[in-house]
Amino acid sequence: MELGPRIIFTIGNINITETVVYAVFISVLIVIFAFLATRKMERVPKGFQAVAELLVGTVYKMVGDTMGKENLKFAPYMGTLLVFLGFGSCLGLFGLRPITADLNCTVPLALISFVMIHYNAVKAQSGLGYIKHLASPYAFMFPMNILSDSVFPITLACRIFGNILAGVIIMSLLYGALGSASAALGSPVPFFVIALPLPLNFFFDMFEPVLQAYIFVMLTMVFTSNVMHVDED
Amino acid sequence: MSQITPQAFIQAMSALGAGLAMIAMAGVGIGIGFNAGKTVESTARQPEAQGTLLKLMLVGVALTETAGIFALIISIILLFANPYA
Repeated sequence: MELGPRIIFTIGNINITETVVYAVFISVLIVIFAFLATRKMERVPKGFQAVAELLVGTVYKMVGDTMGKENLKFAPYMGTLLVFLGFGSCLGLFGLRPITADLNCTVPLALISFVMIHYNAVKAQSGLGYIKHLASPYAFMFPMNILSDSVFPITLACRIFGNILAGVIIMSLLYGALGSASAALGSPVPFFVIALPLPLNFFFDMFEPVLQAYIFVMLTMVFTSNVMHVDED
Repeated sequence: MSQITPQAFIQAMSALGAGLAMIAMAGVGIGIGFNAGKTVESTARQPEAQGTLLKLMLVGVALTETAGIFALIISIILLFANPYA
């Protein structure tokens, strides 16, 4: 069974796979949606603007609740992560391979979150305080704290990768099984795939992507606010 | 017994390892079941907190499931991207 993304073309030594093409496509779609939603803004929103206002309001409320009202400057990054990861993992609904079923998509985003968390930690705790925070509450916890901090981006990336890849495998197995069952009845058209995969499609392509994107964003927010607020207790 | 080539041996052991790695899901099942049970009990005690409790339960489920996903990744690597065969 072929599990990786198809290579569409190569530029020199670099393989341009399905993941890259779909990620660029999604980004262009999101930019077009944002452009259409803010073209003629009215007091009482309707259409695209209502959806955009709902999204922005939800993200700002979430960031304000988790990180405090003074940290709303992180809300654009969190909103972008949420929309990109959520939309990118739901691509199974359209028959495309989800972009987050590829480690090349999730590891860079996890590394960006990791760098952001530690940059804010050093900025809020001033270097020496950052090292002292790594050695708290006892000095021998220093290697354990470093280990748990450096494993964090790996788990952040592998969580969403593993969940979405498991969904891709199960859906492809299900479609293969339904196709074989239809062929066993002697019909050239796999008519068993018409409505039977719907419950699994709902779980793996609508519920799981949104939940995993929400968990990714929530963990980034909680860890950032932890390292920024440690000097207040 | 007929000769077992080294490559066949590595493939057989990889398949065995991929199956054994998924025993980790037992702990995941217990953890998520405990989480869901506590949520139901708390909802019965205070039904108006149901929205908050559901959100917290889903966060707990996703975090617990991570441990099992690591086992799944090892299994998938052993079966499809085996570095030894």
